[in-house]
Amino acid sequence: MDRFVWTNGLLEMNETLVIQQRGVRLYDGDDKAKLDVGVVLLSTHRLLWRDQKNHECCICIPLSQVIFFEEQAAGIGKSAKIVIYLHPVPENKEPGPYQQSKYSFIKLSFKEHGQIEFYRRLTEEMTQKRWENTPVSQPIPTGTTPKAARTRAVGIVGIERKLEEKRKETDKNISEAFEDLSKLMEKAKEMVEVSKSIANKIKDKQGDITEDETIRFKSYLLSMGIANPVTRETHGSGTQYHIQLARQLGDILQAPLEERGGMMALTEVYCLVNRARGMELLSPEDLVNACKMFESLKLPLRLRVFDSGVMVVQLQSHSEEEMIASALDNVSDKGSLTAEEFAKLLGLSVLLSKERLLLAEKVGHLCRDDSVEGLRFYPNLF
Amino acid sequence: MHRRGVGAGAIAKKKLAEAKYKERGTVLAEDQIAQMSKQLETFKTHLEEFASKHKQEIRKNSQFRVQFQEMCATIGVDPLASGKGFWSEMLGVGDFYYELGVQIIEVCLALKHRNGGLITLDELHHRVLKGRGKFAQDVSQDDLVRAIKKLKAMGNGFGMIPVGGSYLVQSVPAELNMDHTVVLQLADKKGYVTVSEIRDSLKWERERASHVLDHLLKEGLAWLDSQAAGEPQYWLPALFSELLSRDVTPEEANQMTP
Repeated sequence: MDRFVWTNGLLEMNETLVIQQRGVRLYDGDDKAKLDVGVVLLSTHRLLWRDQKNHECCICIPLSQVIFFEEQAAGIGKSAKIVIYLHPVPENKEPGPYQQSKYSFIKLSFKEHGQIEFYRRLTEEMTQKRWENTPVSQPIPTGTTPKAARTRAVGIVGIERKLEEKRKETDKNISEAFEDLSKLMEKAKEMVEVSKSIANKIKDKQGDITEDETIRFKSYLLSMGIANPVTRETHGSGTQYHIQLARQLGDILQAPLEERGGMMALTEVYCLVNRARGMELLSPEDLVNACKMFESLKLPLRLRVFDSGVMVVQLQSHSEEEMIASALDNVSDKGSLTAEEFAKLLGLSVLLSKERLLLAEKVGHLCRDDSVEGLRFYPNLF
Repeated sequence: MHRRGVGAGAIAKKKLAEAKYKERGTVLAEDQIAQMSKQLETFKTHLEEFASKHKQEIRKNSQFRVQFQEMCATIGVDPLASGKGFWSEMLGVGDFYYELGVQIIEVCLALKHRNGGLITLDELHHRVLKGRGKFAQDVSQDDLVRAIKKLKAMGNGFGMIPVGGSYLVQSVPAELNMDHTVVLQLADKKGYVTVSEIRDSLKWERERASHVLDHLLKEGLAWLDSQAAGEPQYWLPALFSELLSRDVTPEEANQMTP
């Protein structure tokens, strides 16, 4: 963090803003910087950061100071980060927030996401190195002088001109993109034809294929995004990837499941896992296919589908009888309960509370009173 | 599990089969699979090339995304089937839609207690955009629709009901049949509907109208205003346009993070 210098945050002539992202906290190496959460800005020349609450507090570092940078994926409770390694402090460095630091890298922690796009833009700027082509004039002093005002105005005209150029280029890019897309789709179509031909052969049993070949074929289909009803019938939709995923889920979900009474709706799991990953997210189908493998892999989790169609992941150790018995206790205690009241009592989602009550009803412990005021459950005295 | 037999007899049989196939000019499935592997590598290279030139276009241009999705559908490819697919890994389409899926789930969860699990596509669009912040990639309604279609795989009752030229997005497993849907469509114009209106427009008997309205009340999708002038009015919070401007409260925000 000792590479940063104070700045008034104004862009210089020839300097263009590329992207900005709020909700970013800076780290001095591995330690949180003694600054609050702010907005990080990337220009063609610098990396800037401004405190969200106090706009006067603004610091920057030239992009030429960056050696290299990498992504750090999010974890549970930890935001995704970009780690930036920097050259040593230059001799004539202006004052900044840190006099010294034992680290030669900083981190940007993206508490409100945006790291994917920021990383991409940073990569672009670091590749193009536009600051080398358009060196900026002397840094503008902190006080607003007439000279500074004039420079800013020229900057705005320059920005508008750049926008116009960009618009023209965008149009050209789009038509080229559509052309390339058509060509790409032609090639993709060929792949689909080949896989259809193979699938038909498997169906007609022309030339039996081995288990290994089936596994390989399925992974090819997965890569291309081609569905295949033939292999799905006999071998299911899972692949090696889903087996791996199932094992990962077995680890990740233990604690969250225990916190939530042993059961989570699949949509909850989807959000939890993808929020933690930050990038390289799972598709809903990936999640479902992985969960379907829990049983065959002997993992302590199960995918379960309720009559209503709601899908949940539950701990295998989760005892059905206990859950039903405790539901009966709760209802008897209060005389009667709706799904909403039960949810509040247990700290669970309304959806899952309802499923518990329905289960208890199914085995005959509870009975319902279904009126326009809502669905209420009573202990079954019949 | 069928295992290819070993032994001289099996080998001879296989050679014979291969010879027969080659004679007829057809190729065995296992040979084709081996070949497919090579073709896949070639395709991957083409996709990489395309990505290096146009990955930005997909992310920034919602029209381009629509084109892309439609072309994939035409040739029988689902680019969103898996995060492990080439399309997802190289073009980044996956992350865009899967993250959108998370945002959609969160918005629906936060508002469920207000609208019973039914929300207009417009309101959903508005809220998702707000949640993404000023500098996030643009998201179109087409993007939302595709993301929702994928969410259906997780069995939580995600569905879309065509209403008044757009859609109502359902996010709870409430049973809604044709009768319910038609009443929702009728209510779209004013945000509420009465029994008389149903009888006049749809020519149903009182019993049938009441039955449908009662179900909507029970599921929390409709609210009853029994003090309305004339006859009781059944309001659908999902169709309230005033609610659009009301922000999510802190309690609702807590609902959003699982």
